Amino acid sequence: MDIFYSLLPDLIRMVIAAVCGAVIVFGNALVMGYAERKLAGHIMYRPGPMEVGPHGIYQLVIDGLKLMGKQLVIPKNADKPLFMLAPILAFAPVFVPLLVIPFSDKIQGFDLDVGLLLILAFASINVLAILIGGWSSNNKYSLFGAIRSVAQNVAYEIPMLISLLAIIFMTNTFSLKEIAAAQSPVWFVILQPLAFLIYIVAMVAETNRAPFDLPEAESELTAGFHTEYSGMSFSLFVLGEYANMFIVCSVATVFFLGGDSGIPLPYFEYTGIIWFLLKVYLLMFFLIWIRWTYPRTRFDQLMNFCWKYLIPFSLVNLLITVVMVKLL
Amino acid sequence: MKSYFSTLFTGAWSLILGLKVTIKALFSPIVTCQYPREKLEVTPNYRGHIDLVKFADTGTHKCISCGSCMRECPSDCIVVEGEKQEGVKGKVLTIFTLNFTKCSLCGACVEVCPTKALDYCNDYDLAGFAREDFHYDLLKRVEERE
Repeated sequence: MDIFYSLLPDLIRMVIAAVCGAVIVFGNALVMGYAERKLAGHIMYRPGPMEVGPHGIYQLVIDGLKLMGKQLVIPKNADKPLFMLAPILAFAPVFVPLLVIPFSDKIQGFDLDVGLLLILAFASINVLAILIGGWSSNNKYSLFGAIRSVAQNVAYEIPMLISLLAIIFMTNTFSLKEIAAAQSPVWFVILQPLAFLIYIVAMVAETNRAPFDLPEAESELTAGFHTEYSGMSFSLFVLGEYANMFIVCSVATVFFLGGDSGIPLPYFEYTGIIWFLLKVYLLMFFLIWIRWTYPRTRFDQLMNFCWKYLIPFSLVNLLITVVMVKLL
Repeated sequence: MKSYFSTLFTGAWSLILGLKVTIKALFSPIVTCQYPREKLEVTPNYRGHIDLVKFADTGTHKCISCGSCMRECPSDCIVVEGEKQEGVKGKVLTIFTLNFTKCSLCGACVEVCPTKALDYCNDYDLAGFAREDFHYDLLKRVEERE
């Protein structure tokens, strides 16, 4: 019984963190889905959703209800257990990285020593989900999407890790809170602009968004790996995608944009979350902006860019960082 | 080696230019028309289905019930009937119907009309629940129009 009472604060903390994580995942999907469609509309000189509610603000709620009401169609020759497992596997792991993200000084689930490793490990489960979904659909388009996704994600994981490793060398810790705290005078985006650029490119490729949305590639592969998915299993993929966007943008904020640092507000241990979310959503706006600007890259161009430009540049950047850290 | 870097810089510059184009578009006013809420003015040259013209001097149409349009129509969608009436010169139009479901908008009827009594109308947002909604009584339409 003593053990139970000693663990109780941690258990309560865990439950609250999980609930907050769920709120972030669903709220973020609502906001981002609406923002994406509105911004896409205005970039194309049209107003976007306008019918449901003032300026269409309830559109995503209605869409969610529609998706929940739809029948789950499983193709005849699909691998049923895997087919049902893939969307869950795409959606469930996104809660874990949210636990270690330091939204502000006091708003953080757990400050783990291996926070970054946890995030990267759980973020890469997404690739497995896409592969399983594409493979089990028994559809050539889905399979092509899945194969492309794996090749792309394996390639882009490397420059992403190396660019983050440069920061790790500078701060000497994997804990996100300490990394955010280490940039109180100067943000790392000023000290490591190249690593930031490489991380941004790799981040777009990791989340499978345009111009690197080859796993979906609607003009070539219908909808890629989620061609055969409908209703809620489809929307789990979409929720997972938006949550992944939130996570990679949070990591960029923590590593390069100073976490919650900004103009001091009263009760800054808590209100720092305002600056944090502002930076995250500015990065998300950037992601939407480039999605509606650039055409999709061809697959060989995508691979060339990664292996010939991003990886050499990130290695050189890492080398320079190591030398500088040793000298200074 | 030189082309390696020049590709990188020209590519990066073109990416920045592209971002400039879309951010400008994002803050420009929208150009689409919110159709059921607002409607655009139709050009007078628009070729809708045919209609009898109402002339200002007589206050009515100028159809002489010759039936040329009916005979000319390749789709057989016009029906014209007229009758002799006491004290009136020529025939008086009693029936002029258009079956718009069959009409191909070729305009042969407008071309052939000896009195220029036919013209295209400007109605464009046509939708109905039954075929019969598109069987127009043009005589009634010309009388109801002001």
